Amino acid sequence: MPDQLIFAMEVILNGLMAGVLYALVALGFVLIYKASGIFNYAQGVMALFAAMTLVGIMNGQVPFAHLINAIFGTHIHYFGWNVPALLAILLTMAVMVFLAWAVQRFVMRHLVGQEPIILFMATIGLAYLLEGVADLMWGSEIKTLDVGLPQGINLWIDETTFNIFGYGFFIDNLDIVATLIAALLVAALVVFSQYTKQGRAMRAVADDHQAALSVGISLNFIWIMVWSVAGFVALVAGIMWGTKSGVQFSLSLIALKALPVLMLGGFTSIPGAIVGGLIIGVGEKLFEFAIGPMVGGATENWFAYVLALIFLVFRPQGLFGEKIIERV
Amino acid sequence: MLDSFEGYVTEDGRKIGGVVMEMKNITLRFGGVVAIKDISFDIREGEIRAIIGPNGAGKSSMLNVISGFYVPQEGEVWFHGAKRPPMRPFEVAQQGIARTFQNIALFEGMSVLDNVMTGRLGYMKTNIFQQALWKGKAEAEETENREAVEKIIDFLEIQHIRKTPVSRLPYGLKKRVELARALAAEPKLLLLDEPMAGMNVEEKEDMSRFILDVNDEFGTTIALIEHDMGVVMDLSDRVVVMDYGKKIGDGTPDEVRNNQEVIDAYLGVSHD
Repeated sequence: MPDQLIFAMEVILNGLMAGVLYALVALGFVLIYKASGIFNYAQGVMALFAAMTLVGIMNGQVPFAHLINAIFGTHIHYFGWNVPALLAILLTMAVMVFLAWAVQRFVMRHLVGQEPIILFMATIGLAYLLEGVADLMWGSEIKTLDVGLPQGINLWIDETTFNIFGYGFFIDNLDIVATLIAALLVAALVVFSQYTKQGRAMRAVADDHQAALSVGISLNFIWIMVWSVAGFVALVAGIMWGTKSGVQFSLSLIALKALPVLMLGGFTSIPGAIVGGLIIGVGEKLFEFAIGPMVGGATENWFAYVLALIFLVFRPQGLFGEKIIERV
Repeated sequence: MLDSFEGYVTEDGRKIGGVVMEMKNITLRFGGVVAIKDISFDIREGEIRAIIGPNGAGKSSMLNVISGFYVPQEGEVWFHGAKRPPMRPFEVAQQGIARTFQNIALFEGMSVLDNVMTGRLGYMKTNIFQQALWKGKAEAEETENREAVEKIIDFLEIQHIRKTPVSRLPYGLKKRVELARALAAEPKLLLLDEPMAGMNVEEKEDMSRFILDVNDEFGTTIALIEHDMGVVMDLSDRVVVMDYGKKIGDGTPDEVRNNQEVIDAYLGVSHD
């Protein structure tokens, strides 16, 4: 087998893995958009917030330490204990549920029935607010996150591919775990929305508020639930990205990569988010591999957006989005 | 003929029970506009009660007060012998008051079957994990709910469109699906907001028949709004007539028909 082809295969595999991570962030967007018609700009910041909270809790950091010290003249920064990863994840989830409640109670509840663009603006505000709160709560240093996920090259794949092709593929264990977790997460979300009472109620609310009220569904409850689920997805994405590249403020920018994913997959489709993520992941890696050297590299910075733009022109609803039919 | 506790017997021999819902001196304002002015009436078990009146009389507002979408500034709502505290619409629905809407509020993206199933949400008691894993009582419960829904679908003769997405249905059928969803909740009181609005004669006849059959078969108490006088008079046991937010008549169709104020409101009065 020619070397180029083998390299390409490795690139595709790595692209698929990266795509899974994009898809994870995109999923959070799709969930909220489907259930409440809100495009949640803050999804990326939620992932950052979740990751920072998780690290903070694990390290026994005192929340709002700077603020407390500044007001009371104290010098406390750490409680002096370490919280085991699993417990810390559960606690972080509790924080995300509280965040969901607060968003609903103090922001979204007052905007019921407003134009989508107003709701979108509110989530932009929310993104910056949340970023500020995250900074205030946990500080702005870059932190490493290690919840015990395996990292580094997968030796088994390396050896096997070496035996077959005479060239060992480099696949990160973390990417494999991320893929498995993403698959599990999607399966759980599908079961939840199709087979449970709460999932049915969620779909009903997404479809028609009045009708949902008339069959006895509390909109408030469903919205808190939806934001909690989005918080959970953000937590998972935050753990993956945080483990991969450290917990830092640039993490919130990964949300931008989710935009082309959504344009490709359609804003309303869970499978769309996955396939869109994979296409972008593979596409940008392959493009960089094949065309990159000719144009001086760094194509990964713009490839996804150009692809999304092309899609917007020819298929504005995305691959799996609901077809837009305007009756005249 | 009308005993306040014992109920009464209709002309066609149906027994009507005690008071299910009582509206006491309801006043509803929107800013300076008085939509409903000091109106009282009751709805009895097993009857078909109509609220009629010209456009803008406040009929829909009244229905929205009953179903909790509007909260009146004055007056009391009594349901099953207890005064109802201010409630939000979903709580009213959970109490057993189902409704349809004048402009049809269906889940357009779901099939007919799924739409009707949402009416059963209140009957799903197993927890989320049992439902997700399809374990324990969840399966039995789902079967039970499906049976109840299929019965209603058969009854309203919409079997042939069970799997069709609602958005593809014509207007008349959508109205029927909405009725099916409301019925699926096995409501103690069913509110119909202009069930025949925008229908042709044939569809109106079908709908009238379904309303009568539902009342007959399930014993459902029904309150409906309609401005087509002819249909209402054939359908209902007692009629409240509203005009400009006030109650101008209340009684059997015959009583109402002969009420001078009602005749004036509908035909206009000559001022000479």
